[in-house]
Amino acid sequence: MISGQSPELLRRLLRAKDRMDAGSHEEWSIPRLARVSGVSEAHFARSFRDAFGVPPHRYLLTRRLERAKALLRDTDLAITEIAFVTGWSSLGTFGRTFRDVTGESPGGFRAREKKEAFHQFDRVPACFLSAAHRPNLKIAVSEKRRQDGAANAHGSQAMEVL
Amino acid sequence: MSEGVQVVGLYVRDQDEAYEFYVGKLGFSVHTDARNGDYRWLTVQHPGQPLFQLGLFRPQAPMHDPATVQALQELVAKGAMPPLVLSVDDCRASYERLRAKGVEFTQEPVERYGNVDANFRDPSGNGWKMIEEGA
Repeated sequence: MISGQSPELLRRLLRAKDRMDAGSHEEWSIPRLARVSGVSEAHFARSFRDAFGVPPHRYLLTRRLERAKALLRDTDLAITEIAFVTGWSSLGTFGRTFRDVTGESPGGFRAREKKEAFHQFDRVPACFLSAAHRPNLKIAVSEKRRQDGAANAHGSQAMEVL
Repeated sequence: MSEGVQVVGLYVRDQDEAYEFYVGKLGFSVHTDARNGDYRWLTVQHPGQPLFQLGLFRPQAPMHDPATVQALQELVAKGAMPPLVLSVDDCRASYERLRAKGVEFTQEPVERYGNVDANFRDPSGNGWKMIEEGA
């Protein structure tokens, strides 16, 4: 439970997390995040992971996927458009990452969700509901691909930096 | 006297700082500010809720051992405490007013599902969602 990090440092690291939450479609380089937190570039990624249990770019990826899932479920935007507005530079990378993490394609997810609307959650503020359905990514996407690939022989080719 | 929830407390890292934020910036009023040595019972009230007090407490000895105090301070600073929701009549106007006072917003007002909401944090790290319903 105790990370040994000072509350003052954690509060500043939280600012980097908040900024990724507010603009998950933006590019968040380590230098940019380090500046937000007032931490040296050399120490930022490690400090963030110690604080929040996940490396900064994997955290960003879960937020992008959360937002993409919300847009797939709640809007009629084209999947290409959703990939673009949630911060992916290519539709292929988006589709592959989405499938590797969630186990279904963006189109498959949309079709299924449209059938199973969340009526019982009408009284829960939307953002809390969305956060509760954020991908719980405990391992790197590349590692998840290796595990899934070992199970069913065909892995995916390009590794994402995230 | 009606029955109901009277006090719900937040943990804050510094009660003077929390006082300045909740009273000076958010416009709450002080209900009780009582000290006994190092201990301070500080509660504030929203002007529209005279029967409810928000406690601004510091995790401290002798209620908690030093390791627990440290753990609680870390959780607050990491923003890991439970959600807080503030209801407002005009989210965008409140956002402009509070931002001008230096409140740290983590999400600008967004309209969704007929509501407008924005997020801010207190200096300690407690996260508030400010919601205007039926906008």
